[in-house]
Amino acid sequence: MSTLTVDKHAAAAGAEGFLRQQRARHGEKLVYVVLLVSALVSVATTIGIVFSLVVPAAQFFAEVPLREFLFGTDWAPNFQPPSFGVIPLLVGTFLTTVIACAIALPVGLGAAIYLSEYASDRARKTLKPALEVLAGIPTVVYGFFALTFFTPLLKVFSPSENLPGTFNAFSAGVIMGVMIIPTVASLSEDAMAAVPSGLRQGAFALGSNKRQVSTRVVVPAALSGIAAAFILGISRAVGETMIVTMAAGLQPNITLNPFEFVETMTAYIASSAGGDIATGSTVYKTIFAVGLLLFIITFVMNMISIRLVRKYREVYE
Amino acid sequence: MSSIIVSGKPPTERPALQTTGEPLKERAFKWLLWGCMAIGIVTLVTLLTYMLVKGLPRLSTQLVTNMPSQVNPDTAGAQSAIAGTLWVMTFTALFAIPVGILSAIYLEEYADTERWWNRLIEVNLLNLAAVPSIVFGILGLAFISRGLGFGPTIITGALTLGLLVLPVVVIASREAIRAVPRSIRMGSLALGATKWQTIWRQVLPASVPGMATGSILALSRAIGEAAPLIMLGVSFVTFTPDGLFSRFTTLPVQIYRWGSLPQAAFQELAAAASIVLLLLLLVMNSIAILIRNKMQTRW
Amino acid sequence: MKRTLLRRAVVPAATVAALALALSACGGNNDSGGSGGGLSGSVNIDGSSTVGPMTQTAAELFNADNPDVQITVGESGTGGGFEKFCAGETDINDASRPIEDDEKALCDKGGVTYQEMVVANDAITVVVNKDNTWATCLTTEQLKKIWEPKSKVTNWNQVDPSFPDEQLSLYGPGTDSGTFDYFTSSINGEEGASRTDYSPSENDNVTVQGVQGSKGAMGYFGYSYYEENSDTLTAVEVDSGNGCVAPSASTVQDGTYTPLARPLFIYPSIEAGKSNDAMVAFVKYYVENDENIATTAKFIPLSSDQKSTLDSELSDFQSAIG
Repeated sequence: MSTLTVDKHAAAAGAEGFLRQQRARHGEKLVYVVLLVSALVSVATTIGIVFSLVVPAAQFFAEVPLREFLFGTDWAPNFQPPSFGVIPLLVGTFLTTVIACAIALPVGLGAAIYLSEYASDRARKTLKPALEVLAGIPTVVYGFFALTFFTPLLKVFSPSENLPGTFNAFSAGVIMGVMIIPTVASLSEDAMAAVPSGLRQGAFALGSNKRQVSTRVVVPAALSGIAAAFILGISRAVGETMIVTMAAGLQPNITLNPFEFVETMTAYIASSAGGDIATGSTVYKTIFAVGLLLFIITFVMNMISIRLVRKYREVYE
Repeated sequence: MSSIIVSGKPPTERPALQTTGEPLKERAFKWLLWGCMAIGIVTLVTLLTYMLVKGLPRLSTQLVTNMPSQVNPDTAGAQSAIAGTLWVMTFTALFAIPVGILSAIYLEEYADTERWWNRLIEVNLLNLAAVPSIVFGILGLAFISRGLGFGPTIITGALTLGLLVLPVVVIASREAIRAVPRSIRMGSLALGATKWQTIWRQVLPASVPGMATGSILALSRAIGEAAPLIMLGVSFVTFTPDGLFSRFTTLPVQIYRWGSLPQAAFQELAAAASIVLLLLLLVMNSIAILIRNKMQTRW
Repeated sequence: MKRTLLRRAVVPAATVAALALALSACGGNNDSGGSGGGLSGSVNIDGSSTVGPMTQTAAELFNADNPDVQITVGESGTGGGFEKFCAGETDINDASRPIEDDEKALCDKGGVTYQEMVVANDAITVVVNKDNTWATCLTTEQLKKIWEPKSKVTNWNQVDPSFPDEQLSLYGPGTDSGTFDYFTSSINGEEGASRTDYSPSENDNVTVQGVQGSKGAMGYFGYSYYEENSDTLTAVEVDSGNGCVAPSASTVQDGTYTPLARPLFIYPSIEAGKSNDAMVAFVKYYVENDENIATTAKFIPLSSDQKSTLDSELSDFQSAIG
């Protein structure tokens, strides 16, 4: 039962009047500054990332024309002769992200609705943490799992001889999706749990059944939190490195067939940054160019989604 | 029939009203949801079994008492990695959780969303969640390891990982704060409390469960990350850290390295180390889960 | 009431954290019963992930006699390693290839001078599936035909008409890897010159599995990966004009396994040597025990010619640090 704790000091404020208020105002100012500084940490981080990416990327674009980079369809920077068209990497990232989100978003939301509306309190207390364990499994282990368990499993059930290959986007995408389920589920569930029960009770009182209450009352009310969970999930899928490096492949490929290999932008960055490429060479600078491109894409994506969410968000009391 | 109590506390069982319409649709929906839940749990069980089957032969106290060894894979352990993980995780939490919560409070309570810089901070946070972990490694190397001169030590690792997971903490905390009904805030202010007092004594305690979820997800992510630390230069270390400025290694880095070596003994070690990592994670999360359960409120 | 609950949770949480720290602190035990060389200090090494295991082995063996020296061996790659090395952040760089011009310039800028040392050999081994009974020996021309850029070879009978009709599937290291660079430059004549439609992987164990998995598969990686899987894979003998030669320690040392035998390097920094006694002792140990270290780490030790070169490189190093 929620109670308002009555602050003795606040109540006494009236008696002591302006003295108490003045002291409080100092403290308020300090609090504001502390909070602002904390928020600026994230801004400083972004500035740092942009700075460390832009400088080498600019050097790269002095050597390789931007047009070739953005519109070229052949990504082979380490081969002779090299070519620097980034489209295959974009396709790879797109394909794996879509597969991951196709799993994580609906399943995560479904699990969240179940936990919030249908599960008993005890079940919720066990199942929610169980799901969160999925979030803690190291991405390396997920990568090994995708490569050495899931892909062979797919091959057993596959009618075709060649597909899925050892590396395929589907395997990486599905396992990535599974990894993201806890993020989507836990955050959505928190959002739904916070919806005032008065809303639910009202709906029940008007004769709705549980399904209608869940889908038509609770989910729209919790939309802000669910949207945040979705955006976070998608962002995670785009930025995931280890799983795609190990399971989706390191060979660029323009395809929409999920059972073929692809190389994502993150996989390229990861393999090249840890490889034996000479520092300072043009090839090495591709790491930063690709990183910068990824950063810009996600920035635009997030700006659009925030605007959309703000339009549809409902605020209660 | 359960009564409806007029006190603000929700009834413990859902009112069992006569359902109008199609029961099949309701059941199908329920099964669909249950299926979603099952996908998560089944995969979890499969993963755990997979790890156990591969790593059980090597799961023994030796893992904790012995140091990693290239020369003797059969007697190698993961002591330096376990210690390193504990050290780094403690400081990652000490950095990311307070900064994240304070940022969230600023964004929700103090920031005027009409101002462009506040909107920029918001987009910026979401964007950071999408940056690949290896780019955080580049960032950490350039600005923390070199810029601040800390070198590839525990504090650099903790700060780098802390920045990596900061967005999750902030976003989860923001949603938690946002979920506190405005009537609570209004009531508190009406009784004469200052803004900070309202936040500290009313809003924050009510949003603790959401913040706990945020920290769980954030720390779970941080404990399993290898790529940014490898960028910093962390790999083979046979001593346990003795301070913030000590070099170190962590379990995920060790697992990644062992998994790439040819000898089969190292593959088993990698699987066993993953199990140890999960155990550490469970202990770490259980604290947050305890807090969350105790402070859970339904409005 | 909720506030006190929060406080009540903070105390046990802090206790657990403190306990964990204490545990890890007193758990740490560096002495392994050695005679205790009395040396202390730290040595920071980074670089290639191929050479890394060998340097790690050296570190462990060195630590048996000198337990108070803290040696860290990173594996951020040869290039990443040089970046740190030329900035003065590491004392030694492991490298699976010689330093390149871009990197030499970087080291000049950073004021870092070094002594190049070849510490071991590696035989890049071409492997085929155990059931592949026909490709026991391939000439370098045949290898080139299979692996060259724009190669259209997809079947074994295109390599040699006497070979059976079996689909060819190719596996190998990623294009960022030194192994890839060396293989392509030896077989195809230019670094990076390779067909693009093979399955690359960061993790050579995956290449192993790939080749194990299909009859017509072929892959290449370092010798230690073949050695570990010699009962499930067949190493192809390479004929570079003087007959078929199988990769082995002796054929690499006497130079008959060409062109796929490659040297592995370490680059100790002279600047670091001037101020770090522990590092100098480590380098000395590395060189003097090089054969034992290489064998323990499952690499191919140096030939006697290479050994004498290494010894003179060590004396050059020692005189450079003064």
